[in-house]
Amino acid sequence: MAKICTLAEAIGEFLHDGDTVAMEGFTHLIPHAAAHETIRQKRRDLTLVRMTPDLIYDQLIGMGCAKRLVFSWGGNPGVGSLHRFRDAVEKGWPHPLEIEEHSHADLANAYVAGASGLPFAVLRGYAGSDLPRHNPRIRFISCPFTGEQLAAVPSLRPDVTVIHAQKADRKGNVLIWGIVGVQKEAVLAARRAIVTVEEVVDKLDAGPNACVLPHWVVSAVAAVPTGAHPSYAHGYYDRDNRFYTAWDAISRERGTFTAWMDRHVLATKDWESYRKVLAETGGKA
Amino acid sequence: MADYTTSEMMTVAAARMLGNGTVCFVGIGLPSTAANLARLTHAPEAVLIYESGPIGTKPNVLPLSIGDGELATTADTVVSTPEIFRYWLQGGRIDVGFLGGAQIDRYANLNTTVIGPYDKPRVRLPGAGGAPEIAAMAGEVLIIMSQNTRAFVDKLDFVTTAGHLDGGDARKRAGLPGKGPTAVITDLCIMRPDAETRELVVTELHPGVTADQVREKTGWDIRFANDVVETTPPAANELSVLRALLKRTAEAHGTAT
Repeated sequence: MAKICTLAEAIGEFLHDGDTVAMEGFTHLIPHAAAHETIRQKRRDLTLVRMTPDLIYDQLIGMGCAKRLVFSWGGNPGVGSLHRFRDAVEKGWPHPLEIEEHSHADLANAYVAGASGLPFAVLRGYAGSDLPRHNPRIRFISCPFTGEQLAAVPSLRPDVTVIHAQKADRKGNVLIWGIVGVQKEAVLAARRAIVTVEEVVDKLDAGPNACVLPHWVVSAVAAVPTGAHPSYAHGYYDRDNRFYTAWDAISRERGTFTAWMDRHVLATKDWESYRKVLAETGGKA
Repeated sequence: MADYTTSEMMTVAAARMLGNGTVCFVGIGLPSTAANLARLTHAPEAVLIYESGPIGTKPNVLPLSIGDGELATTADTVVSTPEIFRYWLQGGRIDVGFLGGAQIDRYANLNTTVIGPYDKPRVRLPGAGGAPEIAAMAGEVLIIMSQNTRAFVDKLDFVTTAGHLDGGDARKRAGLPGKGPTAVITDLCIMRPDAETRELVVTELHPGVTADQVREKTGWDIRFANDVVETTPPAANELSVLRALLKRTAEAHGTAT
């Protein structure tokens, strides 16, 4: 049974220092509010897993929450580099970041294997790529039936997966639609799951094939309207492309980044007050 | 003076490569522009698939990110990311993979990972994304990139995505199912792999571009086909559809100037 609580309570109870944390959402439904709360509560030594580390992981890395990053594509979509991610990898600021790098197909399969209770995933991948040389967790096996060489990677089993969804009902059943990404697999692969939602409703009205996460696979549900911004929530609000562009300037220098995070995240008590400050500053550096 | 830019020539030339009815796995950026231009001109039945999950998407404006809502609302269906990679790509249902890249070598191998040593990179690039498996599994691969010596290099610092590896039948030996890159479309020319060696050879020069200009912008001793032809310049219709698409896109994303 999912606990319906505040985001601060959910992070406080279910996301701990040293955890392996997957915050998923493929461009859509990225759990920005939950990442902010993780930063506010000063979590440390996290192993962050995400197919597409974008602004939220840039923020977590720049604020010193991460010791390790497992990923397959790290950029600011449609804009360019993630400057805090690059600074950590290229110059070790604010401290060195270990990286474990995969391809999208690999991580998607690794979540499926985790959700399926299997120790590893098999895919036809990586032939000719240099990635396996630099990531000892990518290995090759022979098909026992045909002898074909296939890539094998350990399944992903996060301590906690964090996602944002459109709706939950009062029991904590969660409904997601639109670009659903890898969220279902990431939740089912994890020991614990935190879900922020646009709204908690009496009735989900989900069709029989809808992507629903039953309340008993979710640890906590917190209502955080607009909690995916500047990502989007299909049916609620569009992607804030201007913020993604603005982030390039905010994050480029350590000083402007730190000042922005202090003012917008550390000095605000929750997502609602962050949104007020953001409206005042216009999101600018 | 031509009434189009080199960038428009590149996009139009790339779009023409996509046949009507082709099932195309589309990368974000230039490939997405070219694939949608194809769909809006000569290839209305092209099926566009993005790695975020939309299948048969017909966006009215170009997506800024690989998972824009526009892709989902205009798709025949939207599936999960694991399903895209497992059933649709690995399942062998993709005719053409349409990719860009940061760096490319003479065998059309791509680097999107690092400039400099992996453990101490001078520039940390975004990484692989879907490209290694797209280039492995798609029936064939089209690559669209602006041409300069930083991008077209003699030796890649890192092979993220296999093209023709070290040439000849290297792909077959490595167990890569698809044909690999069949054309590289740049703002200067079109290159295609040699039938034997698989080294990229310039087969078309865009109007007004000289062989020397291509040499200057290539980091290796680029070869030219015996019968290099001039690329057909963009037709009025191709240009007007492209410009209208880019204008709609800029307005929708709030980036119009």
